[in-house]
Amino acid sequence: MTTTSVQPTPAPAPAGGEGHLLDVRDLHVEFRTREGVAKVINGVSYHLDAGETLAVLGESGSGKSVTAQAIMGILDMPPAVITSGEIRYRGEDLLGMPEGQRRQVRGKEISMIFQDALSALNPVFPVGWQIGETLREREGLSRAEARRRAVELMELVKIPAARQRVGDYPHQFSGGMRQRVMIAMSLALNPRILIADEPTTALDVTVQAQIMDLLSDLRRDLNMAMILITHDLGVVAGVADRIAVMYAGKIVEHADVRSLYRSPGHPYTKGLLESIPRLDQRGQQLATIKGLPPNLMRIPSGCPFHPRCPFAQPVCADVAPPEVALGDGRTSRCHFAEEVRDGRI
Amino acid sequence: MAGSEQSKVRGETILEVDHLVKHFPITQGVALKRRTGAVQAVDGVSFELRRGETLGVVGESGCGKSTLAKLLMRLETPTSGRARLDGRDIFKVSGAELRRLRRNMQMVMQDPYTSLNPRMTVGDIVGEPFEIHPEAAPKGERRRRVQELLEVVGLNPEHINRYPHQFSGGQRQRIGIARALALRPEIIICDEPVSALDVSIQAQVINLLEQLQDEFGLSYIFIAHDLSVVRHISDRVAVMYLGKIVEMGTQEEIYERPSHPYTQALLSAVPVPDPEAREEREIIRLTGDVPSPADPPSGCRFRTRCWKAQEICAQQEPLLVRRAAEPHPSACHFAEPKHLVG
Amino acid sequence: MSDFETVAATENPAARPGPTGEPGDARRGGTAARSLAGDAWRDLRRNPIFWISLALVVVVAAMAAVPALFTGSDPNDCVLSRQHAGPSGAAIFGYDFQGCDVYARAVYGARASLLVGALSALLTGVIAVVVGMLAGYFGGWVDSALSRVIDIVLGIPLLLAAIVLLKRVSSDSPGLRLAAVILVLAVLGWTTAARVVRSSVITAKGQDYVAAARMLGAGHGRIMWRHILPNALAPVLVVLTIALGSFIAAEATLSFLGIGLKAPTISWGIDIDAGRTHMRESATPLVVPSAFLALTVLAFIMLGDAIRDAFDPKLR
Repeated sequence: MTTTSVQPTPAPAPAGGEGHLLDVRDLHVEFRTREGVAKVINGVSYHLDAGETLAVLGESGSGKSVTAQAIMGILDMPPAVITSGEIRYRGEDLLGMPEGQRRQVRGKEISMIFQDALSALNPVFPVGWQIGETLREREGLSRAEARRRAVELMELVKIPAARQRVGDYPHQFSGGMRQRVMIAMSLALNPRILIADEPTTALDVTVQAQIMDLLSDLRRDLNMAMILITHDLGVVAGVADRIAVMYAGKIVEHADVRSLYRSPGHPYTKGLLESIPRLDQRGQQLATIKGLPPNLMRIPSGCPFHPRCPFAQPVCADVAPPEVALGDGRTSRCHFAEEVRDGRI
Repeated sequence: MAGSEQSKVRGETILEVDHLVKHFPITQGVALKRRTGAVQAVDGVSFELRRGETLGVVGESGCGKSTLAKLLMRLETPTSGRARLDGRDIFKVSGAELRRLRRNMQMVMQDPYTSLNPRMTVGDIVGEPFEIHPEAAPKGERRRRVQELLEVVGLNPEHINRYPHQFSGGQRQRIGIARALALRPEIIICDEPVSALDVSIQAQVINLLEQLQDEFGLSYIFIAHDLSVVRHISDRVAVMYLGKIVEMGTQEEIYERPSHPYTQALLSAVPVPDPEAREEREIIRLTGDVPSPADPPSGCRFRTRCWKAQEICAQQEPLLVRRAAEPHPSACHFAEPKHLVG
Repeated sequence: MSDFETVAATENPAARPGPTGEPGDARRGGTAARSLAGDAWRDLRRNPIFWISLALVVVVAAMAAVPALFTGSDPNDCVLSRQHAGPSGAAIFGYDFQGCDVYARAVYGARASLLVGALSALLTGVIAVVVGMLAGYFGGWVDSALSRVIDIVLGIPLLLAAIVLLKRVSSDSPGLRLAAVILVLAVLGWTTAARVVRSSVITAKGQDYVAAARMLGAGHGRIMWRHILPNALAPVLVVLTIALGSFIAAEATLSFLGIGLKAPTISWGIDIDAGRTHMRESATPLVVPSAFLALTVLAFIMLGDAIRDAFDPKLR
């Protein structure tokens, strides 16, 4: 690795006791539109410590991106309204902070990359200029200094011939290279946490593998924590430490990566794992999850998954399942979590 | 029904594609356009499709698979090459014969949100094939046939008067499948039919396609970038890179004994949803970018990113033929099977 | 940095679908069909400008259709002894230079204006749709040729050409002059609408469902009529509504200049010319038809604007 001024972030001292680096507590978010109120996030809690990778897995409508946007403070409010909950970064609640302070955190401490690099990059400015923009504005670097740091960052993300390409425009790069540029931009201020929202969904599979490798290396070298938001169970298996599975705005299962794949503790997770075709197997008919994702304006009573659940019992429609502890820090929101995990159901 | 009843022997070749080429000219100038080059989107593709089988076509962006689909559906005219269906070259027919041919080969498109006319009801959309080909169904029967089709794809026939926006993405895709089935074609080209759908819905649509294949004796050309899905549904697979097929074989041969370096890199890159399996698999990572299809490398097109590249690769284009090391055709001078996935 | 632009969640029903997408479904409220037209109508209903302009248009149309509803006087009952008499119970705006009831003339003048506006807009629409459709659908040399035609006609100054053409019409028959004005305006004014049609046809042509129809074996006619026209028509209707307003203004200008409609046809333009000549004696015969004209033109333009804003998905 080239010597750069991007140093590994030392693990922060825990703030008074068992403080996590990032602690989302019981977040509730609604979208108030003229057609009605959509309950997008209904009591989501998760935490992240330095150097960890947490994957937030879900399909569209699960709320996985909205949570990240709430952390970054980029939710469109209105129509979004955060009705309750806390997002604590290093002990302090981000939601209670004044905007000026919040902006200090955004980009510098917590940074985000998105699915579509092409629309995140401004087509009329060279990439080096864009990478250096935050450095010039937030750290007061001179143009020359910022350009030098931009080249370093481009080398860090393994863009070949960085020095020559620092003046090129976004359209002159391929999709994978643009994604690397976006990653370089997000790393400019040495963030402690990187949130990656579907970073490889729009990329070819060989490029996806390269980018995921890059993110793994960066995480390790910079001791950066990462929240990876995705729907792809394959991508998650290779890079995450822990996984939070979301459905209808709730976390329905939370486990370390191995246990989740080996013995899922929630029927939704189980259904997902069984319905994806495997590269290494050629099976018979794929198991499916019947029905459709729920309408967030009319979430089913009790357990939101019960209309689609093959194991649903009467209690599932009446009582919202509590968070069942499955040992080793695993949790699942299912009345029959243990039976599902053990395969007894 | 299109295609004579007697010749419905399973396994016989029904489509023969022979050196299909499509170059898109690059022009300069406003009024009098000068041709300065060509994007070699499809550059000499040949394959056979047999009755009742699914041929999967995989490749990444720029490989030409979408152009191939458009060529086969005659939405583009080839620069050269032939495709024989029912004994006739589909690019040489016109008029009534072309219309007959169209009844025999249909397509399911990728984007369920743009492939249906938003101002037509579902009944109109699925019934349009009968309006264009009135000989396929007598007027009085059309409504019933449309309702049957909706049922066959798993939709409620009473929704015949609804509009596309009242359906979900997965349901819209089913409508597209019903439309493709209406004329009882022998071949359906599926162009990324599940890529735009949620994971839990993909399985439903894939199952539907397989079930329809069994029920109606359909042959599919299944074009996709998701290798896991392709393995699941295909009998044989063709791997494309920069306009050419680089390897072709049964799904077992391609997935368990790939011999072309590109196929091997592709299989190595696909994330497998199993944390333990990942650690055992060999990691092959390609460097560099895909070359421009307007200016492909000489000789073997893959050589600029290939770890096995030698001088001969730049001088002599490797043909898609059976190689000594492995009985299925592979376009590499140094083809050698590698076991990458189970 | 644009990556911080606020995105109302990728799960927002109005957002474009991504590769994982089924975005609209999670939010679809019950059985209510959410379509662009439905949303547009809802927006329109709430827009006061829509209702005001619609009301004005309805009033003007009523004046044109049944002028007797608005005035008991006969606009042709002109008595010189009443020249420039002030407002009275019988004539709320008084009388003009010829002794005609100013208000009655303004009311009856609506008919000519609306006839010219509506028929010119209709004719323009037909020409624009045909030309725009052919150019947009067939592309190639057809498009090049038709686009050059559009450019040429566009380059001709409307009023100047109208004057030249109308001067050749020597007849004084009111019906003929009306037809001539309508024809001249339509023939000179179709170009902007044609361009709008052409670009929406080009957009519609590239849609997947058009490719699907082609794959089914649909011919050009079927594709143009069934698939492209319904989806390309909306922007043109907006342009035509606004054009209606400008055609009314153009007719008034031509009549003002004495080459459009002529007496005995009653037209605001004619009255404005007459009123201007005798402005010093009395301003009312000038102001009243001018006000009617301005309000009518404004009404159509506002209506067109309101509809366009309601249908523009980017503004929501």
